[in-house]
Amino acid sequence: MLNKNFYLILIISAVFGISFWIGFNVNLLPAEASINAPIYDELFKILFIIGLIIFIGMTIAVIYSLFKFRKKKDQLGDGIALEGNLSLEIVWTIIPSIIVLIIGLYSYNIYDRMGGMKELNHSHEMITSNTEKIWAGISQASNNEVASNNLSVEVSAMQFAFLFNYPKGEFISGELHVPVDHKVSMKMESKDVIHAFWVPEFRIKQDIIPGQPTILNFTPTKVGKYPIICAELCGPYHGGMRASIIVEEESDYKDWFNKNTKTGVSL
Amino acid sequence: MTISIDSQDSNPKSLQPKGWLRYFSFSLDHKVIGIQYLVCGFLFYLIGGTLASAIRIELASPMSDFMPRDVYNQVLTLHGTIMIFLWIVPVVNGAFGNYLIPFYVGARDMAFPRLNAVAFWLIPPSGLMLVASYFIEGAAQAGWTAYPPLSITTPQSGQIIWIMSVLLLGGSSIFGGINFIATIIKLRRPGLKLMQLPMYCWAMLGTSLLVVLSTPVLAGTLILLSFDIVANTGFFNPVLGGNVVVYQHLFWFYSHPAVYIMVLPAFGLVSEILPVHSRKPLFGYTTMVFSIMGIVVLGLVVWAHHMFTSGTPPWMRLFFTIATAFIAVPTGIKFFNWVATLWGGKISINSAMLFSCGFIINFVFGGITGVALAQVPFDIHVHDTYFVVAHFHYIVYGGTVFIIFSSIYHWFPKVTGKLMNEKLGIVHFAITFIGFNLCFAPQHWLGLNGMPRRVAEYDPQFQFVNQISSLGALLMAISTVPFLVNIFLSIKNGKDSGDNPWNALTPEWLTSSPPPVENWEGEAPLVEEPYGYGNPIYQENQQKKR
Repeated sequence: MLNKNFYLILIISAVFGISFWIGFNVNLLPAEASINAPIYDELFKILFIIGLIIFIGMTIAVIYSLFKFRKKKDQLGDGIALEGNLSLEIVWTIIPSIIVLIIGLYSYNIYDRMGGMKELNHSHEMITSNTEKIWAGISQASNNEVASNNLSVEVSAMQFAFLFNYPKGEFISGELHVPVDHKVSMKMESKDVIHAFWVPEFRIKQDIIPGQPTILNFTPTKVGKYPIICAELCGPYHGGMRASIIVEEESDYKDWFNKNTKTGVSL
Repeated sequence: MTISIDSQDSNPKSLQPKGWLRYFSFSLDHKVIGIQYLVCGFLFYLIGGTLASAIRIELASPMSDFMPRDVYNQVLTLHGTIMIFLWIVPVVNGAFGNYLIPFYVGARDMAFPRLNAVAFWLIPPSGLMLVASYFIEGAAQAGWTAYPPLSITTPQSGQIIWIMSVLLLGGSSIFGGINFIATIIKLRRPGLKLMQLPMYCWAMLGTSLLVVLSTPVLAGTLILLSFDIVANTGFFNPVLGGNVVVYQHLFWFYSHPAVYIMVLPAFGLVSEILPVHSRKPLFGYTTMVFSIMGIVVLGLVVWAHHMFTSGTPPWMRLFFTIATAFIAVPTGIKFFNWVATLWGGKISINSAMLFSCGFIINFVFGGITGVALAQVPFDIHVHDTYFVVAHFHYIVYGGTVFIIFSSIYHWFPKVTGKLMNEKLGIVHFAITFIGFNLCFAPQHWLGLNGMPRRVAEYDPQFQFVNQISSLGALLMAISTVPFLVNIFLSIKNGKDSGDNPWNALTPEWLTSSPPPVENWEGEAPLVEEPYGYGNPIYQENQQKKR
């Protein structure tokens, strides 16, 4: 009996060990380039490890049973007439419930840190101050919370392109240029069908819905050029509906802005 | 009290054609209708599979070079619609439900045989209509979800035929659902209690409740959508003041329960197959029943998790996260119980068993990614990407389709009186399992790293992984060959199976194989212990009942 328990503990610790090792050492995600990204990756890592433990554990249990309890040749008769076990049922009801609850609360915390829960106040203010109705999105906190530092961009999506309007500079660009470490607030509207704004390196996505503006805020943290991808089927050229977001140092951004602006006002 | 549970019809069955011709007739025999559903569904599976192969060929290279872009969108729309509405839903519900439920409740047929035949005969014409729409002006090209305004602005004829076809298929599904509920509740053999029914009955009861509660919502939604398309109404058209997000809510109010309409019957079928081949009672019968009903209730209140990136208020996102994640609890209970059923059994490793165990492994994987997807912050990154494509194929293919194959191997002797070739069956399993995992596992990575779904062209950096996936798809296509060969060989010269080749205790095996027209020569046996393996008393009793 002692031997059996010993092996069981050995297998369980091996499953945990392997899962944690894979969870910490295998990276399945693209580069982290916004405030959201490391928060997201933290959640991903936890879910990945829990998932691996359950998956590897179940797979071992199934394969082990197939080998261990395989009917030998010319062996007749049945297995044990075991119809259930109440305490086992209670255990495997309560433990998953607790895991699911913890994951739920934890992901709520993550969502809050991403600014997902802030959005309600935001849209509430908008409704009272302005008759225009703004829909959901992520309204993320930034490193420097000074509102005037925010860059506002109006995004319009159409089959099959994104256009970025910089209201302060009164110009429209096909590329989204943003300064690094500044909060960017986007108001997005579609001219025709539903599109979506997705930057994998930022871990954010928001549908762009005709007739209902949506908002999406983010703060890029890494200089570079990243793809903006339409993620909602929008017609034959959906796969080609892409744009670029260029995150640059503030001085580079200002140069670019001044070159394009018609008003002479910068930022 | 005698069993007077025949149909209201006086004498229809003797007038019907015999032999193979009956499968092309308006037969009222539940067993004939079951086979009609299965074969019809499988033919559509081959069409849907061909379309899937076309998608994977297109995606083997990053450019859109295999077919025109609008044709690609038609292909993916038809693939999804055919696989869901013409293969999986009709087969796990209609085919196995019709064949097995009357046996399980001890009846001679379904409660409403004519309705049953009508429900089946709605399927071939609406399926053919859907496929034919491609040759008229092009099929629908807005995806199987048909989100407006895209579905309003794409060519009308294809979209309208799509709506008509899905409405008819939904009608067929509702007729079937009503029939199953009536049969299970009202046609039970006297003395047979609800808690003595085989698990598949419970699964079908739960599924049918979902069908009856949610399918009418889809029907209403699609009718409004068709008004928007042909009559310029503005229910969902934003140009006329409509709201596109409302469509999504209504659509998913059906289409999320539709996932359970596709997997709950599979849960029922695997609960029949595992005890027989591991010679052990089904572990935890009562909790299994409660977890099915738990899934039914929770399944109705989780639909908005398909819309986390649409416009939904934060508190709703949170509610739907928690509700969705909690489905993992009753589902998990079922999987633990199945593993406990295997534990300590005397397991015969055959094709049916292998497909069932493959199902457990694949579905656990799909379930885990499902719990992850339920978390709003997680979903916001991977929504509408290949991660989601991989997830739901793990559920519907790795889960349900594996169980369909498992069930075919398990009940083939019942239907034909012949055994299937085990060697070919194991080859079929091996190619399917490897091909399936090769095809869909890499797609998780693709989604996480930036490949959206429903695209004909993609970033060239993803080419290698896409080619692995296409190779897996090729294996899956090849895997149907040993299966079809096996079916035809076994029908023609399969070994005689006898009446009960597995020594099973569920009622359908307590009559001859193939069964007579009214299921039993005499009275239907009272099976109080459908899973009484390992207990000699029940086994003797069952033998006497034959």
